[in-house]
Amino acid sequence: MGGIYARMRAGASGPLGDWTIVRHAAHDPAMPHDHHDHPHSLLPSDPALRVKALETILTQKGLVDPAALDEIIDTYENRIGPKNGAHVVARAWSDAAFRAALLADADPVLAEMGYYGRQGEHMVVVENTGDVHNMVVCTLCSCYPWPLLGIPPGWYKSDAYRARAVREPRKVLSEFGVTLPQDTSVRVWDSTAEVRYLVLPQRPAGTDGMDEAALMDLVTRDSMIGCGLAVAP
Amino acid sequence: MTRPHDMGGRFGDGPVTPEAEEVRFHADWHPRALALTLASGSLGLWNIDTSRHAREALAPKDYARFAYYEKWIAALADLLVAKGALSRAELAEGRAMGNSDLAAKRLPASAVAAVLAKGGPATRGGGPAATFTPGDRVTVRAHAENMVVAGGHTRLPAYLAGHTGVILRHHGTHVLPDSAAHGQGEAPEPLYAVAFRAADLWAHPEHAGDEVVADLWQSYLTRA
Repeated sequence: MGGIYARMRAGASGPLGDWTIVRHAAHDPAMPHDHHDHPHSLLPSDPALRVKALETILTQKGLVDPAALDEIIDTYENRIGPKNGAHVVARAWSDAAFRAALLADADPVLAEMGYYGRQGEHMVVVENTGDVHNMVVCTLCSCYPWPLLGIPPGWYKSDAYRARAVREPRKVLSEFGVTLPQDTSVRVWDSTAEVRYLVLPQRPAGTDGMDEAALMDLVTRDSMIGCGLAVAP
Repeated sequence: MTRPHDMGGRFGDGPVTPEAEEVRFHADWHPRALALTLASGSLGLWNIDTSRHAREALAPKDYARFAYYEKWIAALADLLVAKGALSRAELAEGRAMGNSDLAAKRLPASAVAAVLAKGGPATRGGGPAATFTPGDRVTVRAHAENMVVAGGHTRLPAYLAGHTGVILRHHGTHVLPDSAAHGQGEAPEPLYAVAFRAADLWAHPEHAGDEVVADLWQSYLTRA
């Protein structure tokens, strides 16, 4: 790692346009630092090429198994998604004892249903009522209950949602087509720690007698984030 | 406010655009970036707080213009170099130069399901006793900054700094990100959900009765 390493790189945005000389100091810092020459800028600037380049290097180096990447992608593309959360909600609507246990201490209840794992280690379920409407955001990054809802949608990770959900939740809700009564208060949960929140939406009217499987179809992903309502049958 | 990721309450971002549930990713490289980040995390070179800080430490102009997974991949490259897993020369050349002792820790495809299912709890035994109980009024410290490392990681959003709220629930004792992100130990502390009135937080609250709740560590708080 000795000396100054300088290299011409292509495609980066810099004061010299497409070709910029990148330098770095003799010692790599223990952590990424506030230098103008972050290592990532050595990779191609096009994000698709940047990902490809990093995967290639890590694979050649024996640090990443491409088949493991396929497996991770398949998990979040096809296996873990909002159906899990909808299952929990439909059961809570159908079974009062289950609902009470879920609201009191969600972790053991969810673990028993098999909905535990990465980004869902510490779950709290919050219930929407006529008095309180709950809504979940992560203003600092994109914390989200993966085992129950899968990977967050684009809007959940957007600057607009992260910036505005805490300051003007009702205006944000209106962009989802939701208007709340003035006497319903909004409680926005900012996921600033490793606790993940799931909203238990209100059961729609006209659903008496529907079984769990039929109820599941009424539970949207957005209703479990608090940006939508469960749909009427 | 010390870093560009801390955007709660900011003005000027425009409308939120809902999207269909079927949409998981918006480009082929997005899931690849996600998977590369998760697989690399299994090498055990950093914790979740370190990786969050690496994203937050992107230059503000890069943080603003990079797409979501672009931030992830940039921070991943920075971390891999910072921790010695890759060299700058390897990034620049786009190929491996030499073998790595870390290869023994590579996440095999056969272990993915178990690793994702296992998770990584943030609760710990020990740590200081809880000094607050639900109903207590608490005031958040004045600076939304890491109190030990200048410009370091913290999970205290700027919009809550200096405000007074009410303890809603005690979540148990959790790893303190301000310490864990910087290799200074997990320093676990009691964590609380604290409720704030919108009317206290904002000059122009939408609705007087609305609230914001955030999860805050004991050292962020004093009794009001």
